[in-house]
Amino acid sequence: MLLQTHGLTANYGQFRALFGVDIAVAAGECVAIIGANGAGKSTLMRSITGVIRNEPGMVLHRGAPIGALSSAEVMKRGIAMVPEGRRLFPSLTVEENLQIGGQVRKAPGPWDLDAIYDLFPILRERRRNPGTALSGGQQQMVAIGRALMSNPELLLCDEISLGLAPVVIRDIYTALPRIRAGGAAIVLVEQDIGKALAVADRVYCMMEGRVTLVANAAEVSRQQIHAAYFGEAA
Amino acid sequence: MIWLDTLVQGILLGGLYALFAAGLSLVFGIMRLVNLAHGDLIVFAAYLVLMGVTLLGLSPWVAALVAMPLMFFIGWLLQTAVLNRVLGKDILPPLLVTFGLSVALQNGLLEAFSADSRRIPAGPLEGASLDLGLVTVGVMPLLTFASAVLAIVALNGLFYHTALGRAFRATSDDAVTAGLMGIEPKRIFAVATGIAMVVVTIAALYLGMRSNFDPAIGPARLIYAFEAVIIGGLGSLWGTLAGGVIIGVAQTFGAAVNPEWQILAGHIAFLVVMLLKPRGLFPRAVD
Amino acid sequence: MYRLTTRTRAGTATAMVVAVLVVAGLALPAIASRGVIQDLFFILTMLTLAQIWNLLAGYGGLVSVGQQAFVGIGAYAMFAGVILLGWNPVWAIPLGGLAALALAVPTAYFAFRLQGAYFAIGTWVIAEVTRLLVAQWKTLGGGTGTSLPREATSNILGTDMIRALFSVREAAARDILAYWLALVLVVAVTGGIYWLLRSRLGLALSAVRDNGEAARSVGVDTGRMKWAVFLIAAVATGLTGALIFLQTARISPDAAFAVTDWTAYVIFIVVIGGIGTIEGPILGVIVFFLLRSALADYGSWYLMTLGLIAIAVMLFAPKGLWGLISARSGLHLFPVRRKLVGPKIEGGI
Repeated sequence: MLLQTHGLTANYGQFRALFGVDIAVAAGECVAIIGANGAGKSTLMRSITGVIRNEPGMVLHRGAPIGALSSAEVMKRGIAMVPEGRRLFPSLTVEENLQIGGQVRKAPGPWDLDAIYDLFPILRERRRNPGTALSGGQQQMVAIGRALMSNPELLLCDEISLGLAPVVIRDIYTALPRIRAGGAAIVLVEQDIGKALAVADRVYCMMEGRVTLVANAAEVSRQQIHAAYFGEAA
Repeated sequence: MIWLDTLVQGILLGGLYALFAAGLSLVFGIMRLVNLAHGDLIVFAAYLVLMGVTLLGLSPWVAALVAMPLMFFIGWLLQTAVLNRVLGKDILPPLLVTFGLSVALQNGLLEAFSADSRRIPAGPLEGASLDLGLVTVGVMPLLTFASAVLAIVALNGLFYHTALGRAFRATSDDAVTAGLMGIEPKRIFAVATGIAMVVVTIAALYLGMRSNFDPAIGPARLIYAFEAVIIGGLGSLWGTLAGGVIIGVAQTFGAAVNPEWQILAGHIAFLVVMLLKPRGLFPRAVD
Repeated sequence: MYRLTTRTRAGTATAMVVAVLVVAGLALPAIASRGVIQDLFFILTMLTLAQIWNLLAGYGGLVSVGQQAFVGIGAYAMFAGVILLGWNPVWAIPLGGLAALALAVPTAYFAFRLQGAYFAIGTWVIAEVTRLLVAQWKTLGGGTGTSLPREATSNILGTDMIRALFSVREAAARDILAYWLALVLVVAVTGGIYWLLRSRLGLALSAVRDNGEAARSVGVDTGRMKWAVFLIAAVATGLTGALIFLQTARISPDAAFAVTDWTAYVIFIVVIGGIGTIEGPILGVIVFFLLRSALADYGSWYLMTLGLIAIAVMLFAPKGLWGLISARSGLHLFPVRRKLVGPKIEGGI
């Protein structure tokens, strides 16, 4: 199992955000995590990537406990994140934003600058622009490319469709199958349920810090999702 | 042409202030750290160079070269052991720690070297001057200015054309996301402070060769350095040079009117620029 | 039924202890030597400056490294009142407060355009500029300074009465008067700050310090708050400066605007004692004074120790000594937190 969480809990001061969350991601899989705002999805991502530190055994990477590692250490193990809100570096150009994604961990794999520019051709034209001078959709492409540059085994995408027009979202989602083909497993945190289910193998639904549904994306019904998302009886 | 002479002298003096400020600009730009001991660290480095000259018989230039790796290590250690532990959203802890360091350093130097004024002997360069037709300039000030420009070119090269420089800029923008890229902010900060101390050593060399120094002159250099950095704008090294030049020119013109007004004129120039452009002349987009 | 109060048992006990100490303090000159009175004067005036800086930086979030500007201008205004206007030095003290206010207005206008570290450096530069300008004022001694004239020092208000009361010489009487004034000042300033913090202004201040945006969103006028705190602090500092140099009777730009004496030491006191509390500076000034007495003969070692202690405190005990004590014991001698008191609520969480 590529990644597992065991009874993952997280607090913001006195406020508990996660209550013993268990998820699992196998190599090469695409897993969607859906849920309303405040369900704990981003907190889960931040816990996995070390932005929030936990007890070592709460997050396992290929069986090894990584829950207490810093985000830099987690990244070096091949777990890369496309953070919520993109978070490009304003002082860096588009190309430099991509480069910085790949300068610490140099792992073998299909992704380098040329490959990213093939995936998102518009970026090649804009490579010298400051990272933040692009449209929202283009920034999202840079953020994804930046995470890919380290050839991660696991790519965590936190709300990549947030704030984007449907046309743009579609463009970005067409890149996902190509990313999977490169060998990476993907975790998609999404509020856009339809899009997420269309690409995912399995889906988790979260509500108020707990997992309320685990299912294969192909088999799950609208009613099940509705119940798990909103907590009402189906 | 008195005014031209004054102007040129002011510009060259600005080079010295830019050297004082360059290390500070680097650290302030990357980690928003106000190091109140910066001036005292320059004085400390000057004593190191002096010891190299008097105890080891080296020329000042070689002594400075030897002192640089030592100062790098001291900066790295200072950041790792002390400053990294107090960096955060609150500006008070680093301010207070570096304040304490400043006082401790000044008095440590006082105990070790007494309050006597010292000077790094520069040999034949000390009084040498160059006739440039319209003006005559001292060789030492010219060298100082040239070194300042070279240091800034080198630092900019580091910042904008190396992977380390990318890491500096990214960490300065957003340390958390830089962490997601595999960069450990604390290590970056330690390297940055180390590099800043290398620049401090260059500044110390010229400070010591140009005029007398003693353990107490640190704070005044700190103020000039900070004024230059702030005038220039956060994150701009050329801005820091511009800031140094503005202060230098203001000081020499002030002194030409009345010697007692030299320092005051520099401060007034700072205040005027701050009134007109509170974020400095060339601030980065993000702050 | 239910009401909000800040009263606690520890707070009430402290109030009584303070009252007793003040009365004892007033009577002290009857039995204490001149040296003790001078030491106490130093302690009380440093405590006043520390409480003010604590209000500015600890509660108001305004980290100023330039308060020495107001100490100096306050002292010089008092000297100007005596030397140029012929006033009695005691009546000239309020001039110090006025001058500090006059300086504080343009200082705030300029400094509030700057944020964080820029603000700190900006206040320092203004202090330096003030020092350099005052050093040009030849009538008051220029760069070398001047002393209070003999006629003024021998006629300070109240000294005749003190000489008769305690059978002391003129210089000692001056010290006693200054000491009494310092006692009044520190009680007034500390009491004023405590009252301020318990008031709605104080609540607003905490809100601004913790989260300016959030405070603004509930209607707190952060701009006016900062101005109010800065100006109040300046006036109080100016008055203290005037009093300090009334006791010394001698002034110079370097002494009046010394960043070490009026900012470095003050900051040390607040930090070592515990920033953001009223108890902190009290503890801090005691520690500072003891250190000074113990290491007085060792010049630079004393200062070096001070510097190293400040570093250690910020690394290991960022809330200072009082912070350590308060955390262990839960003690708050000057309580400012609001509690709800009233009949016990049954059930509930």
